Amino acid sequence: MDAPLIEFRNVTKGFNGKTVLDNVNLSIYENQVTTIIGKSGTGKSVLLKHIIGLLKPDEGTILFQGVPINKMKKAEWEGHRRKIAYLFQNNALLDSMTVLENVAFPLRQTTDLPKAEIEKRAMRRIEDLELLEAVGKFPSELSGGMQKRVALARALVTDPQIVLFDEPTTGQDPIRKNMILSMIIHYRKKYGFTAIMISHDIPDVFFISDRVIILWEGSVGFEGPYEDALKQNVPMIDEFLRSLDGFEDQLTGLLSREAFKMHYSGMLGSAAREAASSAALFGVRLNILSEVLGTQAALEALRSLGEYTNRYFNAIGGFSARHSRDEILTIFPRKTIEEARKLVADYSRDLERGVIDHIRDIASANSVEATCFDIHIHAGVTEISPEDTIDEIIEKGRAKQEIISTYRCDFGGNDQ
Amino acid sequence: MKEREETKKSVNIPVSFFRMIGRWTIRAVGNFGAMAVFFFLGFINIFRARQIREITNQTYYIGAKSSLIVMLVALFTGMVLGLQLFYTLVKFGSVGALGSAISLSLVRELGPVLTAIMITARAGSAMAAEIGILRNSEQIDALYTMGVDPIRYLISPKIAASIISFPLLTAFFDLIGIIGGYITGVVLLGTNAGTYFYRVQSSIDIVDVRGGFIKALVFGAIVSCICCFQGYFCHMRSDGFGAKSVGLATVSAVVISCVMILVSDYVVTSFLM
Repeated sequence: MDAPLIEFRNVTKGFNGKTVLDNVNLSIYENQVTTIIGKSGTGKSVLLKHIIGLLKPDEGTILFQGVPINKMKKAEWEGHRRKIAYLFQNNALLDSMTVLENVAFPLRQTTDLPKAEIEKRAMRRIEDLELLEAVGKFPSELSGGMQKRVALARALVTDPQIVLFDEPTTGQDPIRKNMILSMIIHYRKKYGFTAIMISHDIPDVFFISDRVIILWEGSVGFEGPYEDALKQNVPMIDEFLRSLDGFEDQLTGLLSREAFKMHYSGMLGSAAREAASSAALFGVRLNILSEVLGTQAALEALRSLGEYTNRYFNAIGGFSARHSRDEILTIFPRKTIEEARKLVADYSRDLERGVIDHIRDIASANSVEATCFDIHIHAGVTEISPEDTIDEIIEKGRAKQEIISTYRCDFGGNDQ
Repeated sequence: MKEREETKKSVNIPVSFFRMIGRWTIRAVGNFGAMAVFFFLGFINIFRARQIREITNQTYYIGAKSSLIVMLVALFTGMVLGLQLFYTLVKFGSVGALGSAISLSLVRELGPVLTAIMITARAGSAMAAEIGILRNSEQIDALYTMGVDPIRYLISPKIAASIISFPLLTAFFDLIGIIGGYITGVVLLGTNAGTYFYRVQSSIDIVDVRGGFIKALVFGAIVSCICCFQGYFCHMRSDGFGAKSVGLATVSAVVISCVMILVSDYVVTSFLM
């Protein structure tokens, strides 16, 4: 692994005699999305504020590209700091300025760009975040969700190299939550910035994170990829992840990963173990949909697919969960692989009525009739043996995945 | 045993008294030092780029918007002075000196002091409250994270605007106060108008005007520094958090400013005499 971009070495910080960060050691790497999770009051925001220099450690050192911040000259540190943007938990919008003035403010104050260019750049970000209707409004006239998006637009307007997101999705509905997370991925790919994020939106946040840092009672409880966190088998991590993960995926209404795991264990423990069971891994290419329909509409389409899949297979005793941003795994207890294949074939035929009609409405609402695009629904049907873990089932399903339905741009129907 | 405890208590009372004085002194000296550094940073940042627009805005808010209330106070101060001095001077048969007495007391003392107190009440309290709210809603931290120096953006224009506005409003105060004295002394009580204006013109020297302006400059710097400082550090107050800290910061800003105006008035006057 490369040298860390930011490194905490034995950092301790306290307020009024109470230790908030206790001997914290962690590393953050370039071009990755690092998510910090932890219970309220465990010092997540305090940790983030140390990175940008709003707070200084009582003990220990913070290194930026291997150089201790406290040993940098002021100009050198200022140079680094200008590459960092910060999205505050409570947005911290300048309340005496309009949305446009807020977004343009960092460019006005820190660059010598002409007024027209500043306005153009600010408007581009405002448009990206679907805030055009709010341009002339003041923050107090906006909903909490809109304020969050204005803060996000302001954070991204200077094209920063590192962006610190302090709970970017708090107060958003499930669609907007996923939209903001999708936007973070989109901009990260586009501009290549390093994202450091505090979030509680499990599982969505894990679909976009390269690394996870779990803060536990002021110290780092775990640091590494999310998948490794699940394999740790440490009671503290287990308890923590369970407490955050609800029973339902807020976007799609499908089971959460934890609830799915419990259902699956229950199935293996029941009489269904005796009979053969099958599974199907469904997928829709969310990136393509996002490009054509826009992020919000693509997520709406994914939500529609999730809801439909849930309803369709629940009726026959199946259960489903989202296992990556755009993959849904469904288990069919006591169904042979042939029966499962037939169910999936029927499902794909009925998709036209259940989901595609909805996507067509979204497309027309977004005025994309003139754009030709195809929607592919993939599925991989596989048998389950009682020893299979969920990850193994996903791997088997992915290996067998094929296009089960393609809907043409003119929405002429199933091309299967 | 009881006796020993009582002796201990009686010894402890003076100890805790001196301890309290010691703590208070250390805190006061610390605050004074911090305020001096704060003013220095605010002052040198006045001369940085991109400040003209914000200084103009603040001058409009602190200066132009305060002019009406300052003139109103000046008018009635002048009128009351005219009334009081007329009846005092009549006793000594020196009514002719009314113009001198009114103009000198306004230009040397009352003009700068009352102007400063009025601006403190109107704009100083607003400065403290505005900066306090910016602090509590993390807008000051947001400025820092955007690469904008909060002292340069928020504090320096207010200091500059105060230094510009205080002398100008003092000049207005002096002028309107003299007119107020004219209304009472000449129009209402019948003193000769020519004598009044002759005395005003002959008794005021340039040294008096300069002294008044020096005081106004000093008051401008002191008031803006105290009010901004109280708002900027309201989150570090030990006696209140959140909205309460903003309220307390505003009260402290006005009270400390008024006291410091009078203290510094004495100090500057003793240097000018």
